[in-house]
Amino acid sequence: MSDDALDRMVPELNQILDWVEQLGSVDVTGIEPMTAVIPNTLRLRDDVVDADPLTGGNRRDAVLANAPAAEHGFFGVPKVIE
Amino acid sequence: MSNYRIHGATGEWEVVIGLEVHAQVTSNAKLFSGASTEFGAEPNAQVSLVDAAMPGMLPVPNRECIRQAVRTGMAINAQINKWSRFDRKNYFYADLPQGYQISQLYHPLVGEGSIEVTLDEKDPEGSTKTIGIERIHVEQDAGKLMHDQHPTMSYVDLNRSGVALMEIVSRPDMRSPAEAGAYVRKLRTILRYVGSCDGNMEEGSMRADVNVSVRKPGEPFGTRTETKNVNSVRFVMQTIEYEANRQVDVLESGGAIVQETRLFDPDSGTTRSMRSKEDAHDYRYFPDPDLLPLELDDAFLEECRASLPELPDAKRHRYENALGLSAYNAGVLTAEVETARWFEALLAASAKAQDKPESEVAKAAANWLMSELLGALNKLGKNLENSPVSPDAGGELLALVGKGTISGSIAKQVLEKMLETGDGATAIVEREGLKQESDSGAIEAAVAKILADNADKVEQYKAGKEALFGFFVGQTMKAMQGKANPQLVNEILKAKLG
Amino acid sequence: MTELTDLTVAAIRTGVAQGDFTAREVAEAFNANVAAAQDALNAFIVATPEQALAAAERVDAARAAGQPLGKLAGVPIGMKDLFATFDVQTTAASHILEGFRPQYESTVSQKLWDAGAGMLGKLNLDQFAMGSSNETSHFGNVVSPWRRAGDTARLAPGGSSGGSSAAVSARLCPAATGTDTGGSIRQPAAFTGITGIKPTYGRCSRWGIVAFASSLDQAGPMARDVTDCAIMLEAMAGFDPKDSTSLDLPVPEWEAGLNADLSGKVVGIPREYRMDGMDTDVVKSWDDGIAWLRDAGASVVDVSLPHTQYALPAYYIIAPAEASSNLARYDGVRYGLRDLPEGANLQDMYAATRAAGFGDEVKRRILIGTYVLSAGFYDAYYTQAQKVRTLISHDFKSAFSQCDVILAPTTPTAAFALGEKSGDPLEMYLNDVFSVPASLAGLPAMSVPAGLNREGLPLGLQLIGKAFDEQGVLNAGLAIEQRAGFTAKPERWW
Repeated sequence: MSDDALDRMVPELNQILDWVEQLGSVDVTGIEPMTAVIPNTLRLRDDVVDADPLTGGNRRDAVLANAPAAEHGFFGVPKVIE
Repeated sequence: MSNYRIHGATGEWEVVIGLEVHAQVTSNAKLFSGASTEFGAEPNAQVSLVDAAMPGMLPVPNRECIRQAVRTGMAINAQINKWSRFDRKNYFYADLPQGYQISQLYHPLVGEGSIEVTLDEKDPEGSTKTIGIERIHVEQDAGKLMHDQHPTMSYVDLNRSGVALMEIVSRPDMRSPAEAGAYVRKLRTILRYVGSCDGNMEEGSMRADVNVSVRKPGEPFGTRTETKNVNSVRFVMQTIEYEANRQVDVLESGGAIVQETRLFDPDSGTTRSMRSKEDAHDYRYFPDPDLLPLELDDAFLEECRASLPELPDAKRHRYENALGLSAYNAGVLTAEVETARWFEALLAASAKAQDKPESEVAKAAANWLMSELLGALNKLGKNLENSPVSPDAGGELLALVGKGTISGSIAKQVLEKMLETGDGATAIVEREGLKQESDSGAIEAAVAKILADNADKVEQYKAGKEALFGFFVGQTMKAMQGKANPQLVNEILKAKLG
Repeated sequence: MTELTDLTVAAIRTGVAQGDFTAREVAEAFNANVAAAQDALNAFIVATPEQALAAAERVDAARAAGQPLGKLAGVPIGMKDLFATFDVQTTAASHILEGFRPQYESTVSQKLWDAGAGMLGKLNLDQFAMGSSNETSHFGNVVSPWRRAGDTARLAPGGSSGGSSAAVSARLCPAATGTDTGGSIRQPAAFTGITGIKPTYGRCSRWGIVAFASSLDQAGPMARDVTDCAIMLEAMAGFDPKDSTSLDLPVPEWEAGLNADLSGKVVGIPREYRMDGMDTDVVKSWDDGIAWLRDAGASVVDVSLPHTQYALPAYYIIAPAEASSNLARYDGVRYGLRDLPEGANLQDMYAATRAAGFGDEVKRRILIGTYVLSAGFYDAYYTQAQKVRTLISHDFKSAFSQCDVILAPTTPTAAFALGEKSGDPLEMYLNDVFSVPASLAGLPAMSVPAGLNREGLPLGLQLIGKAFDEQGVLNAGLAIEQRAGFTAKPERWW
């Protein structure tokens, strides 16, 4: 972000953070943080490959269709020096 | 306990080691999508919309990955957490499509456990040590970057992105490279027994982050460094060796150890600092709001437990106590699950063919497997997995020896023919006429001729040179092309020599 | 005969099924309205008239062949541009996703097409659904079709589903999809005199909806009346194994179950929602609502939701925290905008792409979210907010031990003018004060039009129900609808 944009935003962010500080005054003794808003249990998927094409592989064209720089079946990014 | 010490200018230093082993979970599909985990596919062929983190894509966990991690936890006697959660570890990198890795920080699936490692495999009873395991959690693997295919670009392949990993975090309980090596080997053995990871370090199915610090014995822990992605037992040991010595040098020259991430260079056997995005990172872990808490019921846990195989330690004890094998043999036969499986199949075949309990034929089977078969296979550049001789064929051969049909020395010849031709032992013995001679008449005739031809030696024997008995046995066997029943030969010789 | 574009979903469906008119005629009529209003209202980011016609022709052909028709056969709808639609640009009103053509269809939109609906286009919204006025869209703000009496000031259609609210109230579509994270269906519905329902969290699959805050996001319909909402919601809802938070429950027959007789029902009035200095027209509409529900046979009790005042600050920790992580995937690598300055490395590319691709409000929330999740602050902010969320959920549970449905205003005021609040983010956030608590508790909640204020602008009443009790919410909404007699519609000036 540019310095200008940050300068503009910092007071707003401080104001918002000051405002959410009020949560600190709530007595939460013995209260658990919310985990599931509606009682529900995590389902597990069967270990089957490509059972549903929407969540399976073997669709490289679809995966690469919107890539800004796709080459030879890869996504291209600026060279990374490790 | 290890007495491994670095001898520095200011005295002795102790090295403290903890390992985080990343093991790829054996499963058909990825942790949160239906894409295949198979190794070696075309780039980005095994990538689902979920793995590519397309907008609006959501994770649904794979039951098998959870099951395998639970079974692994049970195999190290760990606490299994019936309530666990997935958290997001947030950071940016080109191999991480979501911008976060789904992992478990706050509530891992598996808690405290331990494994027992044997420091000297030749002496399994001699020195063992218990290494604590702090936790095992399940997480996603990242994709892969390739840097050498284009002058100005790196290429991203997401085939591995989303493959399930178990991160197995040890306590800082190890004190020498040898202990760390033994720990990784033992862990690999257990994973392969359980079937939760193929343990293939070359393909990257298992890799370790090595945490090393040094201290003067008795002092508190020093500052540690973490060397990432070390992918062989030997490299793990080299990393520790190098890091420990480097740290001692730094400290003794008045420097301080920086808590940092380092990389191991296999060519030089050294480590170097990774001054990159990985350092000084605030991962901003928080519970993944796309996933509910993972709650496991008793039936699930019961199935996990019931499906566990006999584990290496239990098997080794059984081989020693119930089968009467030596500690050494039991250790070697149980070190690799394939060896143990082969041995047990051989044992079953041999016992069945002789109609004897396994405990009576186990020693012979173990000895033959270890001193005959493995050596012969080794000469051919083969191993048990691609052995031309099956356990059943081996059992058939052992039964021929056990029943006295052929002698032990003939068995060696038969094994060679079996390896050469792939034919069964009985067929070879028949065809080659190798059947042991148990007709006392024929043996008596042969013995009579030997004694007559060697009258001088008979005299010497009778005069007290009893060592010559072996000579007469050898000559008789030779005369009968090795096929004489050795026991009968002994009996007849003894009778004739008075 | 009334114009086709004045018909409700139910009426269109019946008319098509009976052969009073063809689905194609309906689609053409709405296509024309969409085109005519685009310059003035900017409700759509992309219009897809050919898709609306193609779907209509399929329905007409099916009817001619005597095949059974779906629940939404012949009904053209607007699709909020937060739902991924196959090969049709899906942007979340952001620059960073401009030009993105998904190679997949969201579960909810697929269900609507399967029911026989057709797509008129992708509706404008606040960028990544972050906003209450539609002023954060990269594609320009939507303008409400409503105006204050005797005034031509351009008004906010509400947000984030402001394209949806404007389009439905201006008769550009009979119904539209919305999504609600902290009020994004109910507040715009209230601002534009239409009806919108956010179902229980998990009723509608989130698969294929661009994520804002995963634990809060929920899709729902926006339409002209309660019956149409029930019809739409029935088509949109349902278990989806691709969404781990999807509810594995059968979809009730909400339309068939509609019943405005509230005899034996108890309506709770939360005393903490009655605030000092409240807009008197809003207070009056609330009192009207109480009287109407009594008239429908319900009894009315006071209830307390003691942690109400903490709902907004908790929301403004939880939602930005989740968003900061959900939006990390927009990095210029696999889709969307890539800004690669000369000589830039990977990290430079991320920074440039995200600086250019996200608007100010999105950046603001990413920064807040990043801050509240950072080491050392996580427990004080995020964990504390999630505990307060538990308390808010408990508040509703105890209130629902005394009543069946809660009645409150949807918003503290009627629609404000564009630009009126956009200079002060905090003041904008306060607009969601009545809608956020139900979002935090995952409860079904709807807004129905109650009447006009003294300036001639619509006001909405909000009904909040027990988890899974969309029927109770719809029925109470229907009772209000029948008594409010709300027939006002924006005068056509565009």
